[in-house]
Amino acid sequence: MDYTTIIGLEVHVQLLTKSKIFCGCANLFNPDNPNVQTCPVCLGLPGSLPVMNRKAFQLSVKTGLALNCDIASFTKWDRKQYYYPDLPKAYQISQFDLPFSADGWVDIEVPSTGETRRVRLIRAHLEEDAGKNIHDESGRGADSRVDLNRTGTPLLEIVTQPDIRSAEEARIFLEDLRLMLRYLAVSDCEMQEGSLRCDANVNLHVEENGETIPTPIVEIKNLNSFRGVEAAIEHELKKQVKAWQTDPRRMGEVPKTTVGWDANRNATFEQRGKEEAADYRYFPDPDLCPVTITQEEVDEIRSTICELPGVRRTRYVSELGLTPYDAGVIVDQGAEFASYFDEVCVTCGDGKQAANWVTQDVQRELNERKLEIGEFPVSAPVLGAVLKKVVDGELTIKSGREVFATLLSDAGDGTRISAERIDAIIADKGLGKEQDTGKIDAVIQAVLDRNAAVAEDVRNGRMQAVGPLIGQVMRELKGADAKDVRQMILDKLQG
Amino acid sequence: MSISELTTAELQSGLQAGTFSAVELTQSYLDAISRREESVGAFLTVCGESALSQAAAVDARRQSGEQLGTLAGIPVALKDNICTAGTKTTCASRMLENFVPPYDAHIVTRLKAADAVLVGKTNLDEYAMGSSTENSALGKTRNPWDLQRTPGGSSGGSAASVAARLTPLSVGSDTGGSIRQPASFCGVVGMKPTYGRVSRYGLVAFASSLDQIGPFATDVTGAASLLEVLAGHDERDSTSVNRPVPEYSRSVEQPLEGLRVGVVQEHFAEGIDEEVASSIRAAIEVYRSLGAEIVDVALPHSKYGVAVYYLIASSEASSNLARYDGVHYGHRASEFENMVDMYAASRAEGFGDEVKRRIMLGVYALSEGYSDQYYLKALKVRRLIRNDFDAAFKNVDVIAGPTCPTPAFKIGELVDDPLQMYLADVYTISANLAGIPGISVPAGFSPAGLPIGLQLLAAPFEEEKLLRAARMFERETDFHTKVPQF
Ligand SMILES: [Zn+2]
Repeated sequence: MDYTTIIGLEVHVQLLTKSKIFCGCANLFNPDNPNVQTCPVCLGLPGSLPVMNRKAFQLSVKTGLALNCDIASFTKWDRKQYYYPDLPKAYQISQFDLPFSADGWVDIEVPSTGETRRVRLIRAHLEEDAGKNIHDESGRGADSRVDLNRTGTPLLEIVTQPDIRSAEEARIFLEDLRLMLRYLAVSDCEMQEGSLRCDANVNLHVEENGETIPTPIVEIKNLNSFRGVEAAIEHELKKQVKAWQTDPRRMGEVPKTTVGWDANRNATFEQRGKEEAADYRYFPDPDLCPVTITQEEVDEIRSTICELPGVRRTRYVSELGLTPYDAGVIVDQGAEFASYFDEVCVTCGDGKQAANWVTQDVQRELNERKLEIGEFPVSAPVLGAVLKKVVDGELTIKSGREVFATLLSDAGDGTRISAERIDAIIADKGLGKEQDTGKIDAVIQAVLDRNAAVAEDVRNGRMQAVGPLIGQVMRELKGADAKDVRQMILDKLQG
Repeated sequence: MSISELTTAELQSGLQAGTFSAVELTQSYLDAISRREESVGAFLTVCGESALSQAAAVDARRQSGEQLGTLAGIPVALKDNICTAGTKTTCASRMLENFVPPYDAHIVTRLKAADAVLVGKTNLDEYAMGSSTENSALGKTRNPWDLQRTPGGSSGGSAASVAARLTPLSVGSDTGGSIRQPASFCGVVGMKPTYGRVSRYGLVAFASSLDQIGPFATDVTGAASLLEVLAGHDERDSTSVNRPVPEYSRSVEQPLEGLRVGVVQEHFAEGIDEEVASSIRAAIEVYRSLGAEIVDVALPHSKYGVAVYYLIASSEASSNLARYDGVHYGHRASEFENMVDMYAASRAEGFGDEVKRRIMLGVYALSEGYSDQYYLKALKVRRLIRNDFDAAFKNVDVIAGPTCPTPAFKIGELVDDPLQMYLADVYTISANLAGIPGISVPAGFSPAGLPIGLQLLAAPFEEEKLLRAARMFERETDFHTKVPQF
């Protein structure tokens, strides 16, 4: 059976605004205290009116630009009408025929094929989120409850073309999208909390007798984890291949089906079929004015977009000489971490050195201390200054680590430390690299004189005996470079 | 003459001069309510106690020399589709029979800030849908000039309250004529401001792009004083316009020099009662005698007004009223099979026939495959109607004509003929579609003694001009001084 997998995604992203999209209520995930973040507007009380939160619109435009979309200079609000208890006005304020952005794309790297896939975006529009229905799951048939804390959360809907060719690509697309949205600081993208949600449309293009036959589309609703996205699509694809082999159906022969994903059972389940296509009776919301945006405003928003993950990764490899792996590790930690790295890198002037320290020493300390990079007591300029001394040969890597550790323990109470502490630590502990070869030579000679037997062993080729000699020299000369000392001892004994 | 037959301006100066206190004033209106309300039925809720305590507070503050608001101590009634925190706001519907809003409408906040005394909530056609107040599910309002006739609608309670001198002022809402038509039927002044002039925040929506709150008063000056308080920008209403509010009550006495009055000949063609037509012709002659130039103007698209109005208003209403589903507030059926049935049963029980009729019309007009030929086409014709007015107001200051084709009709006369009832709004609807201001002033009586209203329309935000032009006419006539006896 020769076929191509066809996948399109619809992604919903909650925006990180202080207040909701059409009222002043707090926009916070707060499932434990239902219906406290509400007011007449988001409760849909009679007589209340929506007022657009310009900030939500600006965040949307920022996202649209990052997704390479065209931004419409004129956009409007429409009512999407349907009845559901979590929708108190019985319509959702959304955008129908004039979304604020359209025609974008995202490029993703697919490790298993080594290819770059361009996923085109049909549109991204802004709307208000609904509340949440909470049903009695005990089976005792108690009343359902409705929590309207979430009602009116600004929600961005991003719709892709069916350009995705595998479950893996779908997962990568979503992971990349999440990373980008986090870099943009427009959403926290917590799938568990529902601030990033995804529906997938899946079907096959079967090649048979020189003909390409599309199979019926199945929509998988409300995927709420990356693993879930990949597993659900994988599962659905297997089902569709099997279905074609046993009872081949073309698109249009059966109505589009909607399924849910049960992560525990690792299976899809059919949702109640819609008897007929829903008619949402869209019409322009007369309570809201159309929104216009000038080119200057768009440019201003564009200027606030930071360097995005894809661009950053490429720059680390091509300009700083990092391995793709290291570049990925740094970029995936988020914008703040990558910026920390960038600053260390600029201060010390060595990308690889900076990458080693940041991905190993810094990350280890962050993990142990359960800190975010923004809370890390050794700031980027301070770490950069330490590494500059290493790069310039004023400090050995080992001494550098000791300075780093001392800086960290000095900051035990959480205070940030300044770069001036570095020189003091080096002086206190005598960590400055010993440059005086005459002095080193004298110490070595003294050690050899005290350990004549050991020196003799080395002379006779028992190379492992050199370690203790180096150790004794180093104890007397903290700032000496162990490698240099080893070479000098060997030169003396074997030269 | 009793206190309650004075004009707003006379009441204001009486209060300032100490001729009577706000409590005395309020009490005399409450007395009028207890004497006459049973026959009129203007109110759904009377807040006597809180009105008296507001009045007492005004008196105390006046005593201590405090600066008071412009309507200090003046009783005002509110149409019961305007939200009042802690006081039922029913829209005269079973659906909201027991609904108590947790917040005040913007104009309620403004009235309180102006130290007005809020005496109660007035009857209306359910959700403001109707032209006779007969669609109220909660009470019957009668026309004080003839208790067998309707007060008009939908703001029939507010109009009747002022006509019967139960309050000197009241507030209504006008979506297709719902202030001007009952003002005409009840022989009082009623004004619909420019769309966006008064905040709709807290006005329970019927048709969002047409609804506008406005004043009722016994005379033009009273209407000017009340509008001055109602008007103004409100950031909670995106369609509210941010423009300064002129001091209407100050300028209203100044006649307009070189006034050009437009007349639409079609207004006098078919469907109009001869007694109405002759009163309006006489009113136009009053303007001519005052030196105004009378100019013929054409509004060629106005004939589509009623059709366009019923498509747009019903479409928006079908959406605005979808929220009354029995889930969050309002009436919920006591028996139902499942969720969908709960929606259906609650709405079937909660809404009256006219509301259902309009919801069905609106849902149909917005349905996929129909919205192009109905809703979207109606929006285009609406634009043409506005263009007609824009062109007309290049040549005239105001357009004068009848407010309604007939005086008040009998209760029950048109209830089974919705189409005929809709035509009662034929002259008023265009102003809502175009978003322009309009006013109805008393301009005569039919041989049967029923009031006839003169409607004046002006360009957007020309309320000041409209009030001054209306006052010019009022000063020359005494129709507004007549009080119904019953
Ligand atoms: Zn809210």
